[in-house]
Amino acid sequence: MAATPTPILLANARVIDPASGIDEQGSVLLVDGRIAAAGTAALNQGAPEGTQVIDVAGAVVAPGLIDIGVTVGEPGGEHRETLASASQAAAAGGVTTIVTSPQTDPVIDDPALVDFILRRARDTAVVNVHPLAALTKHLGGEEMSEIGLLREAGAVGFSNGHRSVTHSGMMRRLLTYARDFDALVMHHTEDPDLAGAGVINESLSASWKGLPSSPREAEIIMVERDLRLAALTRGRYHAQTVSCADSAAAVGRAKENGLDVTCGISINHLALNENDIGPYRTFFKMSPPLRAEEERLAMVAALAAGTIDVIVSNHDPQDVETKRHPFAEAADGAIGLETLLAAGLRLVHAGDVPLPTLLAAMTCNPAHRLGLPGGCLAKGAPADIVVFDPDRPWVLDKARIRSRSKNTPFEDARFSGQVLQTIVAGRIVSS
Amino acid sequence: MSTPTSPLAELYPHRHLLGIEGLQPHEITALLDRAEAAVEISRQVEKKKAVLRGRTQINLFFEASTRTQSSFEIAGKRLGADVMNMSVSSSSVKKGETLIDTAATLNAMHPDIIVVRHHAAGAVHLLAQKVGCSVVNAGDGAHEHPTQALLDALTIRRHKGGIARLTVAICGDILHSRVARSNIILLNALGARVRVVAPSTLLPNGIAQMGVEVFQDMRAGLAGADIVMMLRLQRERMAGSFIPSVREYFRYYGLDRDKLDSAKPDALVMHPGPMNRGVEIDPEIADGPQSLIREQVEMGVAVRMAVLEALAAHLPNN
Repeated sequence: MAATPTPILLANARVIDPASGIDEQGSVLLVDGRIAAAGTAALNQGAPEGTQVIDVAGAVVAPGLIDIGVTVGEPGGEHRETLASASQAAAAGGVTTIVTSPQTDPVIDDPALVDFILRRARDTAVVNVHPLAALTKHLGGEEMSEIGLLREAGAVGFSNGHRSVTHSGMMRRLLTYARDFDALVMHHTEDPDLAGAGVINESLSASWKGLPSSPREAEIIMVERDLRLAALTRGRYHAQTVSCADSAAAVGRAKENGLDVTCGISINHLALNENDIGPYRTFFKMSPPLRAEEERLAMVAALAAGTIDVIVSNHDPQDVETKRHPFAEAADGAIGLETLLAAGLRLVHAGDVPLPTLLAAMTCNPAHRLGLPGGCLAKGAPADIVVFDPDRPWVLDKARIRSRSKNTPFEDARFSGQVLQTIVAGRIVSS
Repeated sequence: MSTPTSPLAELYPHRHLLGIEGLQPHEITALLDRAEAAVEISRQVEKKKAVLRGRTQINLFFEASTRTQSSFEIAGKRLGADVMNMSVSSSSVKKGETLIDTAATLNAMHPDIIVVRHHAAGAVHLLAQKVGCSVVNAGDGAHEHPTQALLDALTIRRHKGGIARLTVAICGDILHSRVARSNIILLNALGARVRVVAPSTLLPNGIAQMGVEVFQDMRAGLAGADIVMMLRLQRERMAGSFIPSVREYFRYYGLDRDKLDSAKPDALVMHPGPMNRGVEIDPEIADGPQSLIREQVEMGVAVRMAVLEALAAHLPNN
């Protein structure tokens, strides 16, 4: 590691720390890569000599965002995204920690591959990187992966990528076995048999478009099955990206029953709906598919109510080779690291979600769920920070996207709220 | 029909041995006491007794087993029985009805004792209802394997002087193990503290109500144990579905020096065999000074002699 970073004082900020409930005018002092003090009283002890003072008047200072739903092309798809390029995109979006999907080539289902990700990240990435490991070997859904050894190697959770484990007996044993290691089972919830060849939400619009469609029940049935199994096994479970009101409601009921379950949602399903697909625009093709507007509104309400715990970008870089196809044949997925916060702020500006609630779902909630450091402004926590102007208007220019892939559903979108600085371990990585 | 004529017949008042369940502690002890005598017989040059002379013993094995079948064969022969081995491949006998047909056929040949192993739990009980002779359960599915539990108890008793108040840790695939079930019942009956150590995927539902303490962490489970009883992992069936891999299993549940050091310094190691070296047990431990694995085989013959003798006392015209 390089020498100790210069102490930084972010002054005159609106300091928001969702973990502690702080939302007040004040400052944040970063010393030796750690948070030394935050809030109104941050300067009571003074700042060390040589501290770099940055006046961020009018801006929000919050814990750096933690995105636990990031697909990277490394290894195997470096032309789409590397750990380095993903980390640059993250830094530009105020994301200081990314948790990577095991869905690479090869799949991250061996301890040596977890080690590879950690080493590549250490050598090339400008933000923190924590790998998820595969829940089943080759993501095949049939053979349990080495949950104990993978966890020891540094995997922070276990996911089957964007593939669901359809075998209920297998899922039961995964939840049971993972529980022995206190490991979190994260699951993409879509019944592939019911979804069939569906590429879009089942609706009148899908019927007029002539596209095969997937019903909401494909997700709801899988979520409800998983929750039953979580109750049976008392396992730790997280539904990665729910998109239907009934899914969120089921998770909410399971929580009330004392189960150790949570759910996440992709920012796309909070900010967009099926009408945005327009004339077969493949950058809006994703899994789960974008849903109806009333479904989106229900998800926003579920986020505000705390039923939905985590927001992810569901960043999934795809290039022209995979996206420039007829809609049904194009790959799923959209990038999102750089627009995660800005798109989220739309919910705040619309008056639907308080800013601290939005930030909690991108900071302390995912940190807590996966046992990650950071996500808060507590003294001694890593100095991972996002500074953003919650109101500054800007337009997403495709040419300025840092990600190697440009498949954003927000091309030329107008946002209110822009990241000013991103700080990782006390160093400014984007400004 | 029969009139008990020997003390053993009074001490063991049953016509069959279908399981440890249902046996009284003093009945178990009586069998173990008799087995002690059988150990001495087996160590003599002249090993033959006449207890079963003229009797016919059929070893009916629906599931391949070298160790148990030969052990029962030797036990029967040392007691003077005519022993016939019948190995029925499991593929040719699949339905309960066929099992009953087989039983009826054998019964017509007037055997005195049938020793049965079957892959289905409860199959031996079913067969016992359909034949007129004595039946010994040599293992039925994941249900019971009573002579294994008896030989384990005999082995422990000879080394520790008794069973009561010992801490016994049974480790491995409890879910699929008939050995574990019989041992849990027997060891509890004789006053031991029984623990099971396994990943949760290899534990049956409700295990905590089966009279054991449950551990997922092997070092914690072995702490202070007098006896470490390892079970065989059926690799073919387990890897990928119940456990991720053999290497992960060995890492967390394989008995090696490091884990064994959590047990008492004079802890003894057992395994019903056949062993998977490097899967559930480190070869160094299997062949080391704390291992009783070879001795278990010797005790197996003795215990089976005792069981056959006890049943013989109830045979008609005895």
